[in-house]
Parts: sequence; C-alpha cells; structure tokens
Amino acid sequence: MALLQIAEPGLSTEPHKHRLAVGIDLGTTNSLVATVRNGIAVCLVDEDGRAMVPSIVRYHADGKVEVGRSAGVAHATDPKNTIISVKRFMGRGVKDVAYIESMPYDFVDADGMLRLRTVQGVKSPVEVSAEILKVLAARAQASLGGELTGAVITVPAYFDDAQRQATKDAAKLAGINVLRLLNEPTAAAVAYGLDNAAEGVYAVYDLGGGTFDLSILKLSRGIFEVLATNGDAALGGDDFDHRLFCWALDQSEIDPPSSEDARRLLLKAREAKELLTACEEAPIKATLGSGEKVDLVVTRDQFADMTKHLVQKTVAPMRKVLRDAGLAPEDIKGVVMVGGATRMPHIQRAVAEFFGQEPLTNLDPDKVVALGAAIQANVLAGNRKDEDDWLLLDVIPLSLGLEMMGGLTEKVVPRNSTLPIARAQEFTTYKDGQTAMAFHVVQGERELVADCRSLARFELRGIPPMAAGAARIRVTFQVDADGLLSVSAREMSSGVEASVLVKPSYGLTDDEIAGMLRDGVERASEDIDARALREQQVEADRVIEATLVALEQDGELLSDEERAAIDAAVAATRETAAGHDPRAIKRSTEALSRATNEFAARRMDKSIRSALAGHKVDEIQV
Amino acid sequence: MSIDLQQDFFRLFGLPRRFRIDEAALELAYHDLQGRVHPDRFAHLPDSDKRLSMQWATQVNEGFRTLRKPLSRATYLLELMGVDAGLHTNTAMSPTFLMEQMEWREAVEEARAAGEADELAQLHTRLRQHSREVFDDLARQCDDEQDYAGAAETVRRLMFMEKLQHEIDDALEALES
Repeated sequence: MALLQIAEPGLSTEPHKHRLAVGIDLGTTNSLVATVRNGIAVCLVDEDGRAMVPSIVRYHADGKVEVGRSAGVAHATDPKNTIISVKRFMGRGVKDVAYIESMPYDFVDADGMLRLRTVQGVKSPVEVSAEILKVLAARAQASLGGELTGAVITVPAYFDDAQRQATKDAAKLAGINVLRLLNEPTAAAVAYGLDNAAEGVYAVYDLGGGTFDLSILKLSRGIFEVLATNGDAALGGDDFDHRLFCWALDQSEIDPPSSEDARRLLLKAREAKELLTACEEAPIKATLGSGEKVDLVVTRDQFADMTKHLVQKTVAPMRKVLRDAGLAPEDIKGVVMVGGATRMPHIQRAVAEFFGQEPLTNLDPDKVVALGAAIQANVLAGNRKDEDDWLLLDVIPLSLGLEMMGGLTEKVVPRNSTLPIARAQEFTTYKDGQTAMAFHVVQGERELVADCRSLARFELRGIPPMAAGAARIRVTFQVDADGLLSVSAREMSSGVEASVLVKPSYGLTDDEIAGMLRDGVERASEDIDARALREQQVEADRVIEATLVALEQDGELLSDEERAAIDAAVAATRETAAGHDPRAIKRSTEALSRATNEFAARRMDKSIRSALAGHKVDEIQV
Repeated sequence: MSIDLQQDFFRLFGLPRRFRIDEAALELAYHDLQGRVHPDRFAHLPDSDKRLSMQWATQVNEGFRTLRKPLSRATYLLELMGVDAGLHTNTAMSPTFLMEQMEWREAVEEARAAGEADELAQLHTRLRQHSREVFDDLARQCDDEQDYAGAAETVRRLMFMEKLQHEIDDALEALES
C-alpha cells in the first residue's frame, strides 16, 4: 500500500498530498457526483457526457441490481421492482408518506421505517439508496483514478434526525466514508457565494423533486452563517407531477389505473410539466394497457391554476423563516434558486413577488448543490489551501425535546441553534424509591408529543433508591456538525449513566447494517478480512500522518519524555500496520491516539490563545 | 496554562466583563474562534481530534449565544458576579410593575380576541421601545453603579416583558395563518 510508505519523524511526510474527495447530491429524482479538479468544481459525467443519474433502482430476479437511466426503462413494465423517488421513504413509516396508496410498491410496514418487498427480498430505503451511492462512488473512482478519502453527502435542510441518520447509514452501506452531511441550500450558497464573492444576507429557495427548503444565510468575510431554515420535507416537483396526473385521470375519466398505467401516465405528466417551462401548452398522450387512449392538452395557465395550492405551501415557510431570522423581505440581498422544480415559471413569479426582486438563476439549479458539496468535501478531506479560508456555520432545522407528563413536549434544543450544540436539562424522580426513569426523545415544533416525530426511547436504570424529588437526573443532548443527535442521562449523586445514539427506534441497528454489509461483501465475493485489514491500515495511516504533522508544527509543546512516548507509539503503530492483523493495528492505533490526547488539547489551547492575542488583550484585564 | 477559557465566556471572546459590549468585536472573535475549532477544520483528522473540536466548537457556540442576547448576557454576567437573578424562585416584583404588566396583558388579550393584527403589531413596537429603556437602566446598574441586586430585579422584569413579547408574536402568527 502506497499510503503506508511514511517518512521518518521530522522528515517530510507529504502533508499536502491531494486526497480524492467528492460531493454527492443524493436527490429524489436525480443524483450527481462532483469533485474539485485543478481548483474548479465539476460534475462527473458518464460515457455519454451526462452528469445526472436518475435516482431509480431496479431489482432483477437474477440478483442483478440496475441503477439510473437503464433501470428507468422498466419503470412502467416492472413497477414493483423498480424503485423511484426512494428519498421520500428515508426514515419514514408507511403512515408518513403522502399518496402512498397510489404507489405501485409492495410495502412492508416495519417499526419506524417502511420496507419494500422486491423480487430480491425485502429492501429498506437505506439499501435502495446505497445502490445509488455505490454507482456514484464507482463513477468517481473510475474518473479520478484512485480510492476516495471520503464524500460530503447533501440532505435537505429540513430533514429530521431519522432522515439524516438513514442517509448516513446508506453511505456506510455503500462503503463511503462520510466527511459531512451538508444541507442542500447551504451547499448551493457555498457554490454561489464563492463564485460571486457575495456579501450580505441571501435566501436560498430550494424546491427539489421531493423536498422543499428555504434557508437564510449571512455571508461575511468568508463565513457562511445560516441564520434560519424552514421547509417541508415532503413537498417537491413530484407533487406537481402527481397533481397533473390526477387532472389527466379526471379529464379522461379513467377508472383507477393499473400500476403500470399509473407509472406511464405519471411520466407523461412530468414530461408535460417540463415542456410547460418553455411552451404555452403541452400534450399528454398515452395508450393504456386496456387499449384506451389518453389525448389531452394542458396550458400553462391551467397548470399554474391546478398547482397554486402547492406554490402557496412554500409561502408560509418563507414567512416563518424570515420571522425566525428577525428579518423582512427587503433585508434580503439576493434569492438563489435551487432544484429543477424552480424552473417552473409560476414558482419564479411567486418568489419574485414575495421578496420584491427577481430571483438569481445564473447557476444551473440541477448542479449547484453537488458543486457546493464538492467544494466542501475538498476542504474537509484536508486539501485546504490558503485561499480556502471560509467556514460554514449551519443550524438544526427542528427543535429537539423530551416527552413530559401529560404527553407534552419539553424543548431541550431549540430550532435554528448553530451546530454543534449541547444542552442539558435536569429532572427528578416523582416516587419514593424510584430506581428507573424512561425517556422519550422527540423532534418537532408542536406542543403535543403525538404531533412530533418520535426519535428514540431509552431508560436510565440503577438509580439508588431515594425520596421522591431527591435524585438529580441530568439529560444531555449533543447535536454534532452533521445535525445528528446523541443523548445521555446521568444521575448526578451516584454517577449512574445511560446513553443512546438516537437510532434504534426508527432506523437500522448497527447489527442490521453489519449484516447487510456482510451480505453485500459476500455477493461481491470480496474477502471481508481483507476489507477490515485495509480499513484499519487506512485509519492507522491517518493517525500517524496527523501526529507527524502535529509534531512538526507544535513539537515544542512537549517535554522530551512526552515526545519520546509519542514517537514510540508512532513506531509501534507503523510496525503493526505493516503486518496483517487488523485487531493489532486497531489496538496500536488507539494507543497512539490516547498517547496524543493531551498533546491535541494543548495544541487547541495554543490556537485559541493566539486568536485571543489577535484581539484587544489590554482590555481583558478588568 | 493559567485560566480555563471554557469557564469565562467574556475572556474566551477577549471582551471586558461588562454588560455593554462591542457587538461587532464579539462577532469577529466568534468567527475567528470557530475558524480554529470548528469540526470542519478537523474532518480529516483522527477521532480524538474530532471529539476535542466538537467540545470546543460547542462551547464557543454556547458562549456566543449567551453573550449576544442582552438578557442572557446580563444573567450570565450577574452569575459571574455571584448574584443569582433567581429567575425561577425569586418572583417578588414591585406592585407598580405588576400592575403595568396586567394592563399590557389585557391590551394584548383584547386585541387577540378582536383579531386586530394592527393593534397587536403596535403593541409589539411599543413593548420593544419600552424594553429598550429598561435595558438602558440595566446597563447603568451593571456597568456604572455596580448595583447587582438592582440589576437582578431589572433582569426579572425583562424576563416578564420578553415572555409578553413572545405572546404577542404568537398571537400575530396565529392571526396570519
């Protein structure tokens, strides 16, 4: 492995070698992968020059899995095994999905997230999404000619914890190292802002195939600060297609169509919608399985009229997001349009009317998210250059809380808090001698728990028996930079602790993922041990390299003795990494990591103090 | 390594320990610090560095949030001065203030019941104006007179007013939708 040929300490360790990183826009309708090449973000294309991969997965009876355009060919003839718009199902149960009755799939309602029964067995939306991600990763590796360090994957800003975790799980399943989950409108703002050297407050209006986001960002001196975000995680171009499809059924007086006919007509409706962007009217023509013919013409005005309630549904979030940011429409310097659905003329009109200005459409609304993600990925992978001195500060879109007595929600982390954030709240026992306490973690803005999304339930056990009200139980919520929550609870007098990664109640458990990974690896007839070994070697290399760079920069922070201990740990890790025992590599890597903990803390402290020195030190002494 | 920066937000942002602060300097220092500790700067590094970064970035966010809003800044300042504003326990308020509050509340209730959005919007503006004056008092008590007990009572009054402001906003939002 070339990665492991590391120089002796003190010598150059190629700290600036270029790492391959990509940005992935995992869309409802289409997905894209982009990278930064020679300083410029570009979308990676297939042999026909196409950047967009339709987010369609087809499971064949012979075990083959087809993704993209070719899979879409069968969408009308094999609808049960041809999954489109799977993003709508991520982290969702059957009761959460709109128009589920008109979908051709064979649903299995599982705890938390629904499943789909296909010719290859029952599939989770996470597995279906992973198939799309695998194709994008393969395209990237073929195009870049090497193994990926990692990827930034975009998610709608309004995605809740369940949907984010499902997306991250899909990446894990596809064997992709996720550098960050990035909110789609924020990604677009990065691409737009860096391109235009923009300063001021901008709104990003992002209407994709199945999700709607609206974010307000303040751009100043290279800081992209999200002030507030709002949206609708179940509203998008698909809904406009569906409305037109219903209209067509109505007009041609068709009885409930077969799933094949429904797919056929829905596709015709989408084509008509796209035509109406450029033309005043569009035909909808189809021959159904029964031989019946549909032959209609829809005008732009008719279409605008039948979908105006959908456009209206994007107006309320616009109002709310401005209120949350404490701003008025006239404070907005520019409105960036993102997502293919923003091409519809009546959407552009509504946005222009609300903000009192023409929206900005100079970037390709289909590609801007992937490009922004690629720019972020390049920097996160460690390819930061001096001119990349910019930073994203994003927020959590929906409040997080706990269920209280009477089914009421107690908010712990308010929406629009800048990430990362930690919040603690104290509770007490309400019965004498109570030794356990149950917690229910929810997400949403509503007062009643029943109206919020249930994220997890967990229990703190082993509380020493005390009088009611005497125990002090501190519950801590930590939300990381990906917007993912972990919760821990601790009884303060005894130190009894419980913690959960908020996961099991809706998503896939780690065991399930491990199982799916094993299956996948077996199918690909790859050696699972070889994979484990490679992963540990890459991790060892990463830690060694980071340590050597740190020693070179800040070695003087260590005493000779401390330095010797770290050098020894580096040498030990290097030795195991040259061998073939993944567990030995893991042990020595962890030991190295522990040996450098104190060093890392001192380096951070030094960095913060030097920030302080840049300000008015003389005034600090009050 | 003398002082623990995580323990004093004013020091963390290089600001004097006062109620009146230079907001632009606070923001500048905030951006500078996040530029050094944010998890995006550590994404390519080992997990132990990432953990450290998340702890620091969380603390810097908490500090910025605390100091940026005048009310939480005042509460925090008083806490550093050893005065508990006693927000949950000490609710004894002057009768004059309580009367005033009741009048405000009645006005809001009437406007809400009558569905008068304009009246609510006016109340919103008037209340904001009024709280600005009270904040001036607070600044004087904290920075000029070092009257922390008096400041604590002013903080409690402002808490009441903020709650009222939320109620007006909620009523407005309900009328709009």
